[in-house]
Amino acid sequence: MMNLASSIRIALRALRVNKLRSMLTMLGIIIGVAAVITMIAVGAGAQARVEDQIRGLGTNLVILFPGSVTSGGVRMGAGSRSTLTEDDAYAIQREVRGVQAAAPTLRGTGQVVAGNNNWSTAFYGVTPEYFEVRNWAIATGKIFDAADLTGSGKVALLGETVARSLFGDADPVGQVIRIRKVPFTVIGTLERKGQNLLGQDQDDVVLMPLSTARNRVLGGGTARQRTVGSASIKVREGEDMSEVIEEMRSLLRQRHRLQPGTDDDFTLRNLSEVLQAQEQSSRIMTLLLAAIASVSLLVGGIGIMNIMLVSVTERTREIGLRMAVGARGRDILAQFLVEAVTLALIGGALGILLGVGGSYAIGHLAEWRTELNVRAIVLAAGFAAAVGVFFGFYPARKASRLLPIEALRYE
Amino acid sequence: MAGPLILTRDLTKVYQMESYTVQALRGVSLEIQRGEFVAVMGPSGSGKSTFMNLLGCLDSPTSGEYFLAGERLSGLSGDALAEIRNSSIGFVFQNFNLLPRTTAVENVELPLLYSRCPKQERRQRALARLAQVGLADRAGHHPQQLSGGQQQRVAIARALVNNPVLILADEPTGALDTRTSFELMGVLQQLNREGMTVVLVTHEHDVATFASRIISFRDGHVLSDQGVAQPADAQAMLRELEREAA
Repeated sequence: MMNLASSIRIALRALRVNKLRSMLTMLGIIIGVAAVITMIAVGAGAQARVEDQIRGLGTNLVILFPGSVTSGGVRMGAGSRSTLTEDDAYAIQREVRGVQAAAPTLRGTGQVVAGNNNWSTAFYGVTPEYFEVRNWAIATGKIFDAADLTGSGKVALLGETVARSLFGDADPVGQVIRIRKVPFTVIGTLERKGQNLLGQDQDDVVLMPLSTARNRVLGGGTARQRTVGSASIKVREGEDMSEVIEEMRSLLRQRHRLQPGTDDDFTLRNLSEVLQAQEQSSRIMTLLLAAIASVSLLVGGIGIMNIMLVSVTERTREIGLRMAVGARGRDILAQFLVEAVTLALIGGALGILLGVGGSYAIGHLAEWRTELNVRAIVLAAGFAAAVGVFFGFYPARKASRLLPIEALRYE
Repeated sequence: MAGPLILTRDLTKVYQMESYTVQALRGVSLEIQRGEFVAVMGPSGSGKSTFMNLLGCLDSPTSGEYFLAGERLSGLSGDALAEIRNSSIGFVFQNFNLLPRTTAVENVELPLLYSRCPKQERRQRALARLAQVGLADRAGHHPQQLSGGQQQRVAIARALVNNPVLILADEPTGALDTRTSFELMGVLQQLNREGMTVVLVTHEHDVATFASRIISFRDGHVLSDQGVAQPADAQAMLRELEREAA
């Protein structure tokens, strides 16, 4: 058997003889490999975006809602009953070991006015834990201090959308706004968070101390009961989510004095589960895209087989001569197989270049996020080689089975 | 070594066509000794080419036996025959059969490629054989840059490179003019004088006279088998030709 280096040299020489034909044959593989790499990059980009959203939301986020009311057989839905108090949230943070922070939240909506501008938005009464739980940093200014929290200080933090709507490019810090006619001093702005998975603008929001929201803006009956609309709870990294949720549930049942066998009067929702489902679906999309792209790789392989068959026919006399001077069937097999694989691998290498370039181009021009994946590149190259072997085998075997005398006499 | 180099016993070859069969060889029994220069003659269809292909292990006989250097070759596998062709037989074809776009020295190296000869030794031996046929300075030329005679000498160098026991030349002068034919026959005669067994297939009687024995085929049989008392001397004839031209 010839050594591999000479086989490759012979293969390259044979491919050089028909440069245009070799290029065109390779084109199938080039396009296939480039498509696989680009599609996986696009898919991985989408996946990474979802992952970022999970990270932005807080990886281990649980939302606690009050329970539903059943009134005359009509169930009113989650949050229809004010069973949840801010003390529930504090208790969870204090007593459930796996919880990093719990942030009770009151939500309201209203018109916000600043000078001549006004804007309808949602406002949240929150505690400083909220920023930790939601992984939300402030862009300018500062968050409220202890005095604001206990004394219902009339201070507010603006989300990016609100800040822009009310103040344009001007710095809102230090300015006065009115929320439901109550004057507030803007003490800071929040970092941009973008859309959430449902497409809602997370920056269209005003944050204020929890006590302020309850006592000065929402007012009324809820004041005495210390109830809150919901609580966001961040579970420590590495904790078993379901275990922690179970602990929270039993703590809440105990605090709400629920008898065994009765329904919970609250809902604990594991938000990251929703996102993980989304991540799963984007992973499936990646696979689908890659599968579709692989079809073109397959078509490229058929192109290789076609051209190798032509090549074997054209070089029948050469095969005959090689056999006459001592080449065995497997030498001829190896020669044509190496040629097919070389063709596929060169195509694969060019395809990788094109795929990497294409991924960058898509990332830049379409402003889609793309993530190049080394594993995908290796996979595509390996696949290209496999295509070469698979589609090169039949023509190579055909060549190796020629009879020396018939091959020599072939016209 | 005792015994003939080539011994065939009742060699037959039948080609099965779609609607009829062709009996190309009808029982050929021959002996060729080491160091002989044999010309095989006959009209087309006489079976001489078939006989040649069997001697060269390019084809297998339908029946009969073939011994080369005492080894029974009839019935060997394809791979085993390839190895015999590689190590024991050197081929010279009418149309040279050199690989295009491949240098002369690489063409000569070709058989060594299949006998797993290390690269350096390969090049060394190929260059030595090219020098032997007077083409040392053409080692880097491609076939299309060489004349017909030069191409055929490259083919002879290729045939010799693995030190075969037998040179089989199939109409080697068929594509050459008279002068170049004399030149080529001179090379073959020189090899024969140095001890190489040469079997030459030709339909030209002039070419056959350079051999020391002429075997004629007709209809798959040996028609005649005679020694040549005084073979023509190709080198002398070439000198004469050049004197006439001058």
